Amino acid sequence: MSVLVNKNTRLVVQGITGSAGTFHTRQCMEYGTNVVAGVTPGKGGQKFDDQVLVFDTVAEARRETGCNVSMIFVPPAGAADAILEAVDAGVELVVCITEGIPVMDMMRVKAQMAGKKSRLIGPNCPGIITPGAAKIGIMPGYIHKPGNIGVISRSGTLTYEAVWQLTSRGHGQSTCIGIGGDPINGMSHLDAVRIFNDDPGTEAMILIGEIGGSAEEEAAAWIEDNCRKPVAAFIAGVTAPPGRRMGHAGAIVSGGKGTAVGKIEALRAAGVAVAETPATMADTLIARMKR
Amino acid sequence: MNIHEYQAKELLEKFGAATTRGKVASSPEEAERIARELAPAEVVVKAQIHAGGRGKGTFANGFKGGVHVCKTPEEAREIASKMLGQTLVTHQTGPAGRVVNKVLVTEAAQIQREIYFAILRDRPTAAPLVVASTEGGVEIERVATESPGKIIRESIDPLAGLQPFQMRKVAKELEFESSQLKAASKLFDGLYRAFIGLDCSMVEVNPLVVTPKGEVLALDAKFNFDDNALYRHPEIAAMRDIAEEDPREVEASKHGLNYIGLDGNIGCLVNGAGLAMATMDIIKFYGGSPANFLDVGGGATEEQVTEAFKILIGDKKVQAILVNIFGGIMQCDVIAQGIINAAKTVHLSVPLVVRLEGTNVEKGKKLLQESSVALITADDLADAAEKVVKAARSR
Repeated sequence: MSVLVNKNTRLVVQGITGSAGTFHTRQCMEYGTNVVAGVTPGKGGQKFDDQVLVFDTVAEARRETGCNVSMIFVPPAGAADAILEAVDAGVELVVCITEGIPVMDMMRVKAQMAGKKSRLIGPNCPGIITPGAAKIGIMPGYIHKPGNIGVISRSGTLTYEAVWQLTSRGHGQSTCIGIGGDPINGMSHLDAVRIFNDDPGTEAMILIGEIGGSAEEEAAAWIEDNCRKPVAAFIAGVTAPPGRRMGHAGAIVSGGKGTAVGKIEALRAAGVAVAETPATMADTLIARMKR
Repeated sequence: MNIHEYQAKELLEKFGAATTRGKVASSPEEAERIARELAPAEVVVKAQIHAGGRGKGTFANGFKGGVHVCKTPEEAREIASKMLGQTLVTHQTGPAGRVVNKVLVTEAAQIQREIYFAILRDRPTAAPLVVASTEGGVEIERVATESPGKIIRESIDPLAGLQPFQMRKVAKELEFESSQLKAASKLFDGLYRAFIGLDCSMVEVNPLVVTPKGEVLALDAKFNFDDNALYRHPEIAAMRDIAEEDPREVEASKHGLNYIGLDGNIGCLVNGAGLAMATMDIIKFYGGSPANFLDVGGGATEEQVTEAFKILIGDKKVQAILVNIFGGIMQCDVIAQGIINAAKTVHLSVPLVVRLEGTNVEKGKKLLQESSVALITADDLADAAEKVVKAARSR
């Protein structure tokens, strides 16, 4: 079992003819993802790798192919527009990989998406993968294994670390969702936790967070009251100095808010097992599952 | 990215937000000329560095205070001559201090009361938020903890913008008199247009002052910009003053590397921001102290890895280096080749611990083994952290 994406996913890739779009579309197809269309304005009618039809607009792609998930590789200046285009076309799930979108653009996107039925994952994220069924993003496919652990994370490589620890210990994943490291993004930790909580194929979850914002605290509050599945967490940035942005646009401790210690305390208080180091994410969850 | 006070003042003027009259000077003569233009008003001469605490700072030449009120243009010249070219040390600069290359000369405002006013992007609501208080001139964090009731919040619809009624509402809550509402609204409007127009993450005015004549002025403004949006604001990007930045960070940014200098002695080279932070954390967990945060990104080239490595080796504080790579998009052999290249050009004088995992890991390990680079290999993250902490300690 899985959430959001599976064998029935019909993927459209926005920015399919760019270098990143091309490289990763091929990787996704190799993994077995059902890529049904591409979109690059001005290149409508072309074929990508002699297989995938390219359209000028998402609306046409949707009409012609019934695509229901979009993966976006459009450069930052046009990425917000690309998200809104997919939403306008009625694509159910929009996964925006693009890094470096101006935050003000995302603020407008978020406001314009209110009340729409489309969901957004990202931006600045590795994407989403249901092992063995669909890979929509830039994560290395081979480290994953089908199973029943849900993984939620802001960070790319730190997610790979958690997944690899799980896989090496024989635990597969139902779905792994990279929600992205930007201060304003689509799906939150809490949204993802709720989705996994409702999924009968997910038995437990790993939640990976980092300094900045209060999304981890919000997830913790909900978990305490509503979630009966075992959850383990890791929060990066205990040693990050305040006032410095640690790589991700959202990873900053400012005005005493968004500290790792505060997040860890909130999660522990909610009954979440928090890994002391990033090397013990899987072990912490496995121990928690045995309890 | 940060800018100087005089640059913030120029931005305020550009967006029609009322502020005190004044200009920036690079020489004592220029300071005198500006003061003469502002006469008969008294002027304030302010050292221009990015760090706070200037008023209470001390210059390396013994001169006290980076902010002075001057009664005459001659005095302004004399004070400027004691600041320009000198190093100012404040509680925020660290003992090394910062060299003052410019001073701001402004008229000294008559202050009846001081207000705090900021616009920031609020993460939970994904919207701009006005945060204001009648308790200006002090640290807002202190007001927030000691008297939370004194903090005014007004959320702004990002699609509609700050509405005139909201400006009046905030102005009334800030206890402006009816006759001052127009001036206050005009100032708020200017600040909001600057916030949106320049892609700011924050615009903070502290203090915003009311003069005995009833004028409403932004006395000191701080702008924080969204680095992601600098591409569409070349005029803001041009305000960057690299003399104010850590030279290691300047060098790193030239090569598109995400580097932040810290105080420890273990150099780190990691791919991905989250993993880079987590690597710092695990070093600390095992009793060590990271010298830096360094994310080479998801698609770094061999050259970038080489440059990153040079920055780590060039840092005199570094007693050991940890390379932690989880290759996804980034391939382990690319990292390995980058390390080998760097070791050829720069002498590697400290122990190097390498942990590789992911795409092309075997190829990467083989490259390193076959090279002449002396290194300690690690099996996993914990093993790597323990080994590098031990290596740094034994030196």
